[in-house]
Amino acid sequence: MAGEPETSEPETGEPNEHSLTREDAAYVARLARIDLTDDELDLYAVQLAGVIGHAAEVAALDTEGVEPTAHPLPLRNVTRADEPRPSLDRAEVLSQAPATEDGRFRVPPILGEAL
Amino acid sequence: MSADSNNGASKSAGNAAWEPVIGLEVHCELKTETKLFCGCRNAFGDEPNTNICPVCLGLPGSLPVLNIRAVEYAMRIGLALHCEIRPSIFHRKNYFYPDMPKDYQVSQYDAPINVNGWLELPDDSRVRVERAHMEEDTGKTSHIGGGGRIHDADHSLVDYNRAGVPLVEIVSAPDMRSSTQARLYASELRGILVATGASDGRMEEGSMRVDANVSVRRAGTFELGTRCEIKNLNSLRSLGRAIEYEIERQIGLVEAGDKVVQQTRHWNEDEGVTSALRSKEEAFDYRYFPEPDLVPVVPDGAWQAEVAASIGPMPAERREKLAGLLGPEVVSRARADQIATVVEHGLDGLVTAAVGAGIDTGLALARSSNEASTDPEAARRIDVGGFVALLGMEQDGKLSATQSKSVLIEMLEHGGDPVEIARRRGFEALDSGSLAGVVAEVVAGHPEEWERYLGGEDKLVGFFTGHVMRASNNRADGKAVAAELRRLRG
Amino acid sequence: MTGPGPTDPGPGARPSPALEIARDVRAGSVSAADVVDRYLGAIDEIDGELHAFVTVLHDGARREAESVDLKVAAGGDPGPLAGVPVALKDNMCTRGVPTTCSSKILDGWCPPYDATVVERLRAAGAIIIGKTNLDEFAMGSSTENSAFGPTRNPHDPGRVPGGSSGGSAAAVAAGLAPLALGSDTGGSIRQPAALCGVVGMKPTYGTVSRYGLVAFASSLDQIGPLTTTVTESAVLFDVIGGQDPMDSTCLERPVPRTVSALGDGVEGLRVGLVNELVDGVDRAVEARVRAAADALAGAGANVEDYSIPEFRHGLPAYYIVAPAEASSNLSRYDGVRYGLRVEAETAEAMNAATRAAGFGAEVKRRIMLGTYALSAGYYDAYYGQAQKVRTLIIDALGAAYQRFDVLVGATTPTTAFAIGAKVDDPWAMYLSDVCTVPSNLAGHPAISVPYGTDESGLPVGVQVMAPALGEPVMFQVAAVLEASAPVLGPPRVHAR
Repeated sequence: MAGEPETSEPETGEPNEHSLTREDAAYVARLARIDLTDDELDLYAVQLAGVIGHAAEVAALDTEGVEPTAHPLPLRNVTRADEPRPSLDRAEVLSQAPATEDGRFRVPPILGEAL
Repeated sequence: MSADSNNGASKSAGNAAWEPVIGLEVHCELKTETKLFCGCRNAFGDEPNTNICPVCLGLPGSLPVLNIRAVEYAMRIGLALHCEIRPSIFHRKNYFYPDMPKDYQVSQYDAPINVNGWLELPDDSRVRVERAHMEEDTGKTSHIGGGGRIHDADHSLVDYNRAGVPLVEIVSAPDMRSSTQARLYASELRGILVATGASDGRMEEGSMRVDANVSVRRAGTFELGTRCEIKNLNSLRSLGRAIEYEIERQIGLVEAGDKVVQQTRHWNEDEGVTSALRSKEEAFDYRYFPEPDLVPVVPDGAWQAEVAASIGPMPAERREKLAGLLGPEVVSRARADQIATVVEHGLDGLVTAAVGAGIDTGLALARSSNEASTDPEAARRIDVGGFVALLGMEQDGKLSATQSKSVLIEMLEHGGDPVEIARRRGFEALDSGSLAGVVAEVVAGHPEEWERYLGGEDKLVGFFTGHVMRASNNRADGKAVAAELRRLRG
Repeated sequence: MTGPGPTDPGPGARPSPALEIARDVRAGSVSAADVVDRYLGAIDEIDGELHAFVTVLHDGARREAESVDLKVAAGGDPGPLAGVPVALKDNMCTRGVPTTCSSKILDGWCPPYDATVVERLRAAGAIIIGKTNLDEFAMGSSTENSAFGPTRNPHDPGRVPGGSSGGSAAAVAAGLAPLALGSDTGGSIRQPAALCGVVGMKPTYGTVSRYGLVAFASSLDQIGPLTTTVTESAVLFDVIGGQDPMDSTCLERPVPRTVSALGDGVEGLRVGLVNELVDGVDRAVEARVRAAADALAGAGANVEDYSIPEFRHGLPAYYIVAPAEASSNLSRYDGVRYGLRVEAETAEAMNAATRAAGFGAEVKRRIMLGTYALSAGYYDAYYGQAQKVRTLIIDALGAAYQRFDVLVGATTPTTAFAIGAKVDDPWAMYLSDVCTVPSNLAGHPAISVPYGTDESGLPVGVQVMAPALGEPVMFQVAAVLEASAPVLGPPRVHAR
């Protein structure tokens, strides 16, 4: 339990059953849209596998018939009236933007199509 | 494989070996005052980035709060489509794009608010509606340089006024079998959306966006073929043309032994073709998970009943009611079209008021669908009593048809009382004596044509009527002229 | 002076710096301006060594103090926290003032709005004196993950103050601010409170608005007070808590009144000493926890050992749920609308380069972990299962609270460790949270009360847990513990 010495040694790079390859890590990095170097990919592959290894005990639990908790609160139907509230001052917002043009946020050319 | 528009008949219906299978996904903007999760105005055309706040801009620390009217409109749509309204939750759909302030879209995934509905079309076919769920809209990106298209752009600009506008996405089952049926579905759905008050239904303006899923299979089989999603359909006509093109394209592929590749395709209106968007390496993983910042929406029976009571009759019911005014008369195609036009533009009230006041149903339908519908917004505001009075004047022969139409146009443009307008413009139908005199004069002036008419050339009625109109400053009523000519012929 | 005043600390109670200030400022015997000057002077003198603050609001604080003094002079009600300086963890939005989350990706970003808690503090007359250092985006247990350098523990500057609210805890411990707010997702208020020898409390989920709190894990995050005494903790909780129409997850029911229950004692209360919160912790920590349990028994409580085996699954479940939600919450940092941008040929490349340069290693690690846990094929096994473990823990706690009014145990397994000691092994660092995550997963309140030290003089905290909305009984028990705890001398680094 708390403070017990760890028995698995993810840092040695020994593959456990939850290993990630560099390609697995690269796929996750693409989904997360973060550029990682090969060294970082390798490091994260190992570290992720380590944490996943601990999480695996959770994966293995018998939770038959147990409902997931998405919210600790039993709230329902929280809504607001369809009434306008003041919007932000555009100048204040745009003053914080990296690049603007004509009152809009400017970005480099977009490679992919909108979904 | 011509891309030309057919004249509404499904070209592919001629290829009996293949059956098209079509489903439509319709995104409809809700006509709320404010956005789905914040109090910024839901307005079209304002200066860029003036309707934004921490929530719809997705600023760090912001949180969504659900607009109750958006929920009610979603329920109205569900009820109008005969859906079951269920307890629902929101999910996050995670992907990166500059028009997405949070780089995830709050939507509904496996627990949507409306499921298992259907839509009956005027051709009596029925299309199932799998679901109609709530989600937030994205901002708008403009591509600068390169002719405005994304491919050659130098950079892009983003406006978040539209980000967070409430949408309902309506997904049909793949029940449609022709482009005609798909057009009919889209048209009927639009009428329903407008009738619920939840939406404008304007395809050209983007408040109703239609995507088509098209596949083909061998006639008589039941397995679905590979489908393509067609986007950029800005009108019913584009919808029809694009589906026709795509059906032909897919049949061409499979008949040649090739496979249809599952992909999203863009409809090019000018060239009349669909083309593949830049292909993605892998099918996208949206990593849906329940939105932790929102709680479930559970509309109880009382709320559902309240919403149901607030919806007026749907187009189908209204068309039926108008058709009923024709009495036992069989509804001709022309009459059905007039009825559809009247209902589409929300002018039923004019027709029923006129008929209720004793106006001939055919006349009421004609003036509503032909003249009044030229300016539907004005027609919906027109003084109903004035409209009925005008038709009464025409029906009683005090005004010719031409004169009546002219007064109606003026009433649409400027309002006013029909009696006064007619007097001011010197409109007065010719009395029968004067009419007979003018007809006699015209007949005398065209002996050759009169001989031919006496010989049986009935179409010369139009010729004589035209001259009588000119000679009388349009004060003659066309039907009265025809009757007089027949009387003269004997 | 009209309006409710702060609680009178009472004779023999611990000195409560915040309540004394408020009492004196309201009475007009001390000016808010003098108070602020005193604290700003302390910060200027010693924060160079501690690095508790990211931004110090010299001008803003003086302006706010001036308006409090004007109100007092005009005979108006300046609020229950009049003139009391408050330090805010730098993941709470303050309009026009940098809110960095201790990250390069938000370096220099000034929000155009205030968090709800900030509005409530101002309405109570409190003075925002500065923004404190944290582990980047609240991810960490030592404040070493800050992009601006670590904060040092005032008791021993070679050691960590804990995290992620290390700056706030250190500021209060060192006398640089009488009150501070932190945020707690897996223990980030309680654990640094324990390591720094101050009181740190995580409220029931939903009792304090999250509007304006930069999200880490939405279903777990809560803002809470860091203070010198239990009474101040209750007072601050009452000020910041309550329904907020800007937060859908904020309860409609009013926050239970807590201050009035403080003096009720523990006679007849049923206290469960949770085995899983004692087994395996450092011996010195265990000793203090047992001493605390004995003290409660001595004060009339019925104390029993109790086992909650489900707690064993808390840490792995937490390290699935929290990173998963975080991976989505942090997607918005893409260089488009605010913050850091690293230019590139395409928007996609710009996003990826910006995030690579802007996020530190721990943040990247958790985003990767969370993205993986949510990805197709893994969702059910990891995220789905973890949400079910939450249910198991909630149910187990429900059963526990049939038998007990509160539960007690260690706040964290160790005392303050050396800076640099745990940075190379993520799981070793994550173990710091093992005693605290169950209350986050369940949404229940919990508080850490300083209860003596280890042999080196490093503070130990004892944790009291209560059921949802059980703040009154939780504070009640905490007050008794506080009264029986040895008084800590000032830490090595402290304002004069």
